[in-house]
Amino acid sequence: MVKQENMTGGGEDLLAEALRWRDEGHAVAVATVVSTWGSSPRPVGSQLIVDDGLRLQGSVSGGCIEGAVVHEAQAIMGGAPAKLLEFGVSDEQAWEVGLACGGTIQVFVEAVE
Amino acid sequence: MKRALLDRLQAARAEKRPAAVVTNLKDGRQTLIVDGEGDDGLPLTADQRTAVAAAIQSDRSGVLKQDSDLFVHVHNPPLRLIVVGAVHISQALVPMARLAGYDVYLVDPRKAWANSDRFPAVNMVEGWPDEALHSLAPDHRSAVVVLTHDPKLDDPALGVALRSSAFYIGALGSRKTHAGRLARLRDSGLEEESFGRIHGPIGLAIGAKSPAEIAIAILAQMTQALHGAPPLVKADPLNPGAAAAE
Repeated sequence: MVKQENMTGGGEDLLAEALRWRDEGHAVAVATVVSTWGSSPRPVGSQLIVDDGLRLQGSVSGGCIEGAVVHEAQAIMGGAPAKLLEFGVSDEQAWEVGLACGGTIQVFVEAVE
Repeated sequence: MKRALLDRLQAARAEKRPAAVVTNLKDGRQTLIVDGEGDDGLPLTADQRTAVAAAIQSDRSGVLKQDSDLFVHVHNPPLRLIVVGAVHISQALVPMARLAGYDVYLVDPRKAWANSDRFPAVNMVEGWPDEALHSLAPDHRSAVVVLTHDPKLDDPALGVALRSSAFYIGALGSRKTHAGRLARLRDSGLEEESFGRIHGPIGLAIGAKSPAEIAIAILAQMTQALHGAPPLVKADPLNPGAAAAE
């Protein structure tokens, strides 16, 4: 059974969690799916949050690109500008990270300033 | 994403006001739109504001068609589920629907059933089902599920639900029970054409037996209605040529 306080607010609240991590003094980045073509495991608007201790919540795919997104997120929460990432079957990088679903997705990664 | 914008977004969500964050994907500038009003973080043209309002109304996040550098992230209040009947199935359905992101409201004037021992931390709505549903005013982002098995509670709730734009209406009961229910609703003067909106017997036909399994069948059917998915057609693994409609 889910804890009471989590249940009252409906589904998970990733942005609230991101703010909690920020309040604890951690650098935090938010990755958001902004567009998809073809089959993709998570719809537009799906989010992944990550902090400087590599705590993760949420997802932007079925697990196939999270590693690459987290890698970029580390630079961005360290001060690099926000960045639009694209993963697809025609993209060599996608083969490396293994976007098995056959679609293309764009993910915007930004720091919580 | 600026901390101040995030704080204002969380405040709008807590007040259940429709909101959207618009991001320029080229430079990361952002504006928060709440109740149609933006801020000066990212100036928008009138056309862009109209497109953002349409995205909020249709509950669809995405890049703007006319300007693919602008991403609109819609943060609408949660979908609502109104459950009439504080019954055993509801005890499973309420937490499951919460996990799926619904704000759940429970209606049952019988205090022996509807109490915080059986339903901790649920939104209990006072009053007879028709009054309660009137006060909740179901809209196109609401589902109404009636589970009491008692016509004097179920029927008034269905009467209000059928006059609303709820995206899903379901009623527990066998085919025979449901036929009797429709006859009563007809006698009460409701439009017969609207009766097709009621899913009865409720839930996808997955052979559900226990209260929790029935809750799964109901939530699955609500999900199907929400996304406009076609009815399931299951292929028979032993006879792949023949497909049996659920």
